Amino acid sequence: MPCVLLIEDDRAVREGVQLALRRQGHDVVAVGTGEDGLGRLLSHGADVVVLDLMLPGMSGLEVCRRIRAGDNQVPIIMATARGDDVDIVVGLEAGADDYVVKPVQARVLEARIRALLRRVGASPDGGLPKIEIHGELAIDRAALTVSSKGVPVALAPSELRLLLTLSGSPGQVFSRQQLLEAVWEHNFHADARLVDACVKRLRTKMGESPGQPRYIHTVRGFGYRFKETAQEPAGPGRPDVSLPGRYDLPGPR
Amino acid sequence: MARVRGLSRLRGVRVRLVLAFALVTAVATLSTGALTFREARTGVLQQSQDAVIRQFRDHVNNVVADYRLPLSPAQLQSFADDVAKSEPAQSWRVLAAYRGLSATSTPKDPFAELTQDMRTAVATHSSALFQRVTVHGRPALVVGLPVPFEDSRRTATERSGLSVFLTVPQIAEQRSIDALVGAVERATVPALVLAVLLALLAARGVLRPVRALRDATRSIAEGHLDTRLTVEGSDELADLSHTFNETAAALEESVAELRRMETRARRFAADVSHELRTPLAAMSAVTDVLDEDAAHLDPDTATAVRLISEETVKLARLVDDLMEMSRFDAGAATLHLDDIDLAESVRSTLATRAWLGTVHTQLPPPGALRGRLDPRRLDVIVANLVANALRHGAPPVHLRLFGYDRPGAGPWAVIEVLDSGPGIPDDVLPLIFDRFYKTDTARTRTEGSGLGLAITTENVRLHHGTVHAANHPGGGALFTVELPLSQNELAPDPSETPAEGGQLP
Repeated sequence: MPCVLLIEDDRAVREGVQLALRRQGHDVVAVGTGEDGLGRLLSHGADVVVLDLMLPGMSGLEVCRRIRAGDNQVPIIMATARGDDVDIVVGLEAGADDYVVKPVQARVLEARIRALLRRVGASPDGGLPKIEIHGELAIDRAALTVSSKGVPVALAPSELRLLLTLSGSPGQVFSRQQLLEAVWEHNFHADARLVDACVKRLRTKMGESPGQPRYIHTVRGFGYRFKETAQEPAGPGRPDVSLPGRYDLPGPR
Repeated sequence: MARVRGLSRLRGVRVRLVLAFALVTAVATLSTGALTFREARTGVLQQSQDAVIRQFRDHVNNVVADYRLPLSPAQLQSFADDVAKSEPAQSWRVLAAYRGLSATSTPKDPFAELTQDMRTAVATHSSALFQRVTVHGRPALVVGLPVPFEDSRRTATERSGLSVFLTVPQIAEQRSIDALVGAVERATVPALVLAVLLALLAARGVLRPVRALRDATRSIAEGHLDTRLTVEGSDELADLSHTFNETAAALEESVAELRRMETRARRFAADVSHELRTPLAAMSAVTDVLDEDAAHLDPDTATAVRLISEETVKLARLVDDLMEMSRFDAGAATLHLDDIDLAESVRSTLATRAWLGTVHTQLPPPGALRGRLDPRRLDVIVANLVANALRHGAPPVHLRLFGYDRPGAGPWAVIEVLDSGPGIPDDVLPLIFDRFYKTDTARTRTEGSGLGLAITTENVRLHHGTVHAANHPGGGALFTVELPLSQNELAPDPSETPAEGGQLP
């Protein structure tokens, strides 16, 4: 039974969500503060964290950052009010995998949780070779691990799933909406910033230089694609000067 | 038009001032000049004529002593010559007349200056007479003097019948008078110029505050309520400026108060929505539980439970719409742009709400119409229009999407939603996008929050697009949304940092 850690300060919301999720077959542990949530996560762990961003004391953002700083890749869903746009962006950049807008119906939250849990377990393409090598990047689709230059890279579920989706069809351009559906199982009209924030985190973790991404390329007017670009060995402190590769795509419109 | 009229009126003031100044100056200069001229002329002429007459009389008296009546023609000639010679300047022409005889000092002098009237008058008078005449353009003074001979037998002098006439040219006098006229003329022109300049200055003095007032009024009309005039001096115009400033201040204060009230009202709505959100979050979380369990409850409780569940969902949506509206009001709504396929987006909007079967669509093929828009807001726009058509119009509902190139503005998309209902009454059309506007006055609650079209409008506006409602000639209400497809210049997407590589060449 998946264990959901719910961090929510309002008692009524906490009890309501706890009740609803429990009825959906989740084991729910609900706490009222960020400090309690962090403590509970450390002592007992959880399969997924539902985190309210507006918390008294330690803010939801801070909780999110601390979880990720402890190299814990537990899936995190943040609950936020729509329009608190800064919160969403900062929350996503702090390492949250997904978000729901309050007030949220139980079945919507439940669907998000299930999608996230699926992300942790399943591999999108079973037929591919188990270990793929893209330059210095090694992706093991069976073990769901990624290493760069032989060093394992710890990826959060969304980041891993995003990388697996993109690298599953090298050279193919995915629109943000396609990625939202494939990785987050959102409907078409979800917030594309989810993708942008996740790509940003993924690039950082893979040690890409922000100006010259080597693996995940932005295709202006369309979205993203994965393609390993040949790169001259860059000396320490020397910025990567290689040009982006040629593209076998039609130009934008 | 008002501007042109205002300007011509101002020009009118200037012209009138200049004319009045010029007229006053001309009248003053000319009348002063005329009076001066008359006095001076009289003075000059009187003086010279008095001198001439006195001299003439003296000379005649001196000369006449050498003669005894009666005079022979030779004596008469000699008399005339003697009188003429007695004048040292030799400018005199003398005519002596005696009983039908006449003699002139200059031989064969026609003496044209002497009129018959003068001759007659001198013959009947006993004192000197004079007349100013101009012959052949030359001014001259003609003096006539009857010469009395003293008779030893009588005490009174009697008419001797001898008259002497003198003609003196008055060129020098005429010259001084001409000089006087010239001086008056020369004084008038600079005076007029000076008057016009003064008039222009005065006009400027009057018009500058008037113009400032006009500009300030216009500025206020354009909404710059903090416009104030600098009050200079203490004349009527300064008074007017002062009054203007007071009026503007009062207006600004009222408007500020109205704005404060509106802001308070809006903040109140935002605060209320915000406060409602937390309890609603708890309630929303458990509506599914209520729905599931309602089946196992006794009918009354089940109905009550379902009611609570349904209304909670509606309330949540209403609060969500209110929050959205508050963000628009606060200017906090932002676009999160993405490159999307519009046909795919519209189809997805209809699919998620299970409308694909009820709405007849006319969409471009996949990939044909791409644009940079906020997908969530586009979803809200389309969903609200279709929901409105289904709710207030009648099926079938038609949705058409197409793109076109707007000259100078790049590619635009058009979304048309047409229902088959009775259409919108003409008096309602202008209000249809208002908040909480309901077509039936009874204000019966419909499924929507009453904010749908208002939110649509705001979302379209955020995209710098347009939305309008009309009645289709073939019946039904037609809503048309037009959106520019390249929002990049208007709102750059922060996620697209220019440093990122991998752009298409």
